Amino acid sequence: MDIQVYIALSLTLFTIGIVGVLVRRNAIIIFMCVELMLNAVNLLLVAFSKMHAASPAVKALPTYASDAQIFVFFIMVVAAAEVSVGLAIIVMMYRNIHSVDVNFLNRLKN
Amino acid sequence: MNNIFQIVWLIPILPLIGFVINGLGRNFLSKTVTGFIGSGVVLGSFVLSLLVFMQVKAGNVMDLHYFNFIHLQDILTIGVDFKIDQLSSLFLLIITGVGFLIHVYSTAYMHEEEGKDFAKYFAYLNLFIFSMLLLVMGGNYLIMFIGWEGVGLCSYLLIGYWYKNNGFTDAAKKAFIMNRIGDVGFLLALFWLIAKIGTVQYDEVFSVASLSKLSSFDITGITLLMFVGATGKSAQIPLYTWLPDAMAGPTPVSALIHAATMVTAGIYMIARSNALFSLAHQTQAIISVIGLATALLAASIAIKQNDIKKILAYSTVSQLGFMFLALGTGNYVAAVFHVLTHAFFKALMFLGSGSVIHAMGGEQDIRKMGGLHKHMKITSITFFIGCLAIAGIPGFSGFFSKDEILAGAFNHGVVFYSIALFTALLTAFYMFRLYIITFTGKFRGSHDQEHHLHESPAAMTLPLIVLAILSIIGGYIGIPEVLGGHHELAAFLSPVVRSEEMSLSHNTEYLLMGLSTLLVLISIFFAWVTFKNYQSEGESKGLAKILENKWYVDELYEAVVTNPLRKIALFFNNIIERKGIDGMVNGVGKAVNYGSRQMRWLQSGQVGAYVLLMVIGMLLLFIIQLFL
Amino acid sequence: MNITTLAFFLLSFIAVGSAIMMITSKSPVHSVLWLIVVFFSISGHYILLNAQFLAVVNIIVYAGAIMVLFLFVVMLMNLNAETEPIKNYRLQLIGVLAGGALLLVLISAIMRIDVEQVVQMKTGDAGLIKVLGMTLFKNYILPFEISSVLFLSAMIGAVIIGKKD
Repeated sequence: MDIQVYIALSLTLFTIGIVGVLVRRNAIIIFMCVELMLNAVNLLLVAFSKMHAASPAVKALPTYASDAQIFVFFIMVVAAAEVSVGLAIIVMMYRNIHSVDVNFLNRLKN
Repeated sequence: MNNIFQIVWLIPILPLIGFVINGLGRNFLSKTVTGFIGSGVVLGSFVLSLLVFMQVKAGNVMDLHYFNFIHLQDILTIGVDFKIDQLSSLFLLIITGVGFLIHVYSTAYMHEEEGKDFAKYFAYLNLFIFSMLLLVMGGNYLIMFIGWEGVGLCSYLLIGYWYKNNGFTDAAKKAFIMNRIGDVGFLLALFWLIAKIGTVQYDEVFSVASLSKLSSFDITGITLLMFVGATGKSAQIPLYTWLPDAMAGPTPVSALIHAATMVTAGIYMIARSNALFSLAHQTQAIISVIGLATALLAASIAIKQNDIKKILAYSTVSQLGFMFLALGTGNYVAAVFHVLTHAFFKALMFLGSGSVIHAMGGEQDIRKMGGLHKHMKITSITFFIGCLAIAGIPGFSGFFSKDEILAGAFNHGVVFYSIALFTALLTAFYMFRLYIITFTGKFRGSHDQEHHLHESPAAMTLPLIVLAILSIIGGYIGIPEVLGGHHELAAFLSPVVRSEEMSLSHNTEYLLMGLSTLLVLISIFFAWVTFKNYQSEGESKGLAKILENKWYVDELYEAVVTNPLRKIALFFNNIIERKGIDGMVNGVGKAVNYGSRQMRWLQSGQVGAYVLLMVIGMLLLFIIQLFL
Repeated sequence: MNITTLAFFLLSFIAVGSAIMMITSKSPVHSVLWLIVVFFSISGHYILLNAQFLAVVNIIVYAGAIMVLFLFVVMLMNLNAETEPIKNYRLQLIGVLAGGALLLVLISAIMRIDVEQVVQMKTGDAGLIKVLGMTLFKNYILPFEISSVLFLSAMIGAVIIGKKD
């Protein structure tokens, strides 16, 4: 497949994530949309690890194919940490205002 | 060189100390202490001035430099300098001498004031003496200017001394503003000097090298601007109107500031700058014309005034006009001579009028006086001596100085001479009108006032006597050669002041003296005939009414200068300030206020809205980056 | 159309469709489940791209651990369709329009890129555990160790935040 198709796919998924963030008010759904956006980027990175610029300079790098996948790996690591903290925050918020609607978070006090 | 020159700085500093003590201690010093300090410091200055004068008379002059006041490397250096020479030492004597007498007089005259105000009065008076001394002792124009401004300030403070009276404070403001107009001229002249020759030091300015750097246009411009300053301070046309109003102040103040010393500052300045003025013939012509016009105008107004102090004030303006006539005709020594004699007899008459006012319980209208000779002999006699002196009766001081001015005017042109002589006759006429109405005939005031009439205390009569003696003998330092004298004043001043040579034969001079004396005597006789049975004047008509209203000069200024200015000020205030600038400033505030009220909706606190804005911003950035 | 292309389009269709379902379904539980479907399809894409290790890790970490955590939280809070009652349709429309415009702009930008120089690798061993392991523990050992610190701090943070005051 062409690289453009992969880029288009991951852009579509990313945009769906953005639209989700925009239209939903449930904090958990918004958080899931952020995860979706991260995955779209992961997909793009993996696609780039498969398809390269045809220049000799790139080929001279020893790990030119694996680097992107290592990146994905680290993104997953960060995502996992983020989810644990983020969900803790959401639970905390639910405990305080008995809702997960972000529109109730329009005050920066209390 | 000599010990006395090492402590010459004490002369101005002593009154300053008096000012500080009286000013700070006004709430707890008793009146006696205040008066003692106030007079004592001036006496100290007088003694020092006398010693300095002796030294100068022995031929020792001195330039003293204390420290740099303004120092710009290679561009301009102005120091705090004192110049002790014949001219300044003479003025020192006049200022401290007359000043001391007036301080003594004031202790009695102002005795009914409260202790606090009494001390304030003496503090101001001391500050005035300090400023005046600075003015004449300064070794450069800037120090003179500092003193110049200082005396203007003190004049303002003292005219408005009874600050609870609105009319008096208005008079003070008028004096201050009129003086400011002149001061601007003086200041511009200083700038011009600095720009052209880079110094304001007298010796350097008057040196041949400096004068050669100035074109004739420069000299005319500088001297004219200086003369503008002098017209303000010395009450000449067109800035003279403040001086009659300045009589709102206490009478000793009028005597000291507005007759004897401050108003002669302009004369001093021009006499000091005679090297410059002698080169500017146009300016000299203007000065002599303005001096003559002022003398005539003021003398004519004085004839119809009824306020004793106003008459004396117009007389002062007139005499100052005479001095300027002398300056304009290059007769600098005569001008200084007249300053000296005028200081004596005018201070004498002002103090005499103060004594009269004191006795009359504050009444200043001569129509309500009369026959005062019976009640206050010393005042009457001394006042009479003053009148004789100012009228120019031979043997009195005014005769010599006035005669010299008249001779100078004759030398200049017969027209000048005849107008000046006419003015002198007017002077004699109105002075004797004043004397006759006030001191002879029947008393015309109320019964209470008549009962209250008394001779003033010794502290007031003693200065009168001293000044009367000086008014008589003051002229003998300048007996002209034609009368067998040597004119010692001219000889004394010759190193500093160079008058133009006069080429009058002795016979002509005898003729002029005889003529003026004869006419003055006739004029006095005429006054005697007219006013000896003075009761009260009816409504004046024609010229008399114009004179009574002072030629309507105040009204003219009001219409020509004040009203347009007021209209412009109102326009600026209402239209430009309120609507334009305030509108602009408030408009900015309102715009921000309105804008922020609209922008507030952007900060809704809704996370979704923020994300939406972020996405839209991102979109715009992408579009700009990728497609534009 | 070969099998790879077919699989790609199938997986893409599933991924995009499930993603749309995820953001549109009313119940949070359904959203979580649809997201899991998305992750599975993305893992399928990984396999198509010869990234076998990542495909497995994706399923284990995302579809397994993370999404279970989400599901757990959703069920803990007992969220259902009624938790989001008030709808601001105008804001939603604007959101959709903004997102669509962004997609349009980016896609059109991609279409203008010159891709003559891009080649597909013929070998598929880059995604093997052996190769990745060698890279990870040789070249990226320091980030790897630091990520363990990140996990530790995230764990402590989660405990502190979730603690009952």
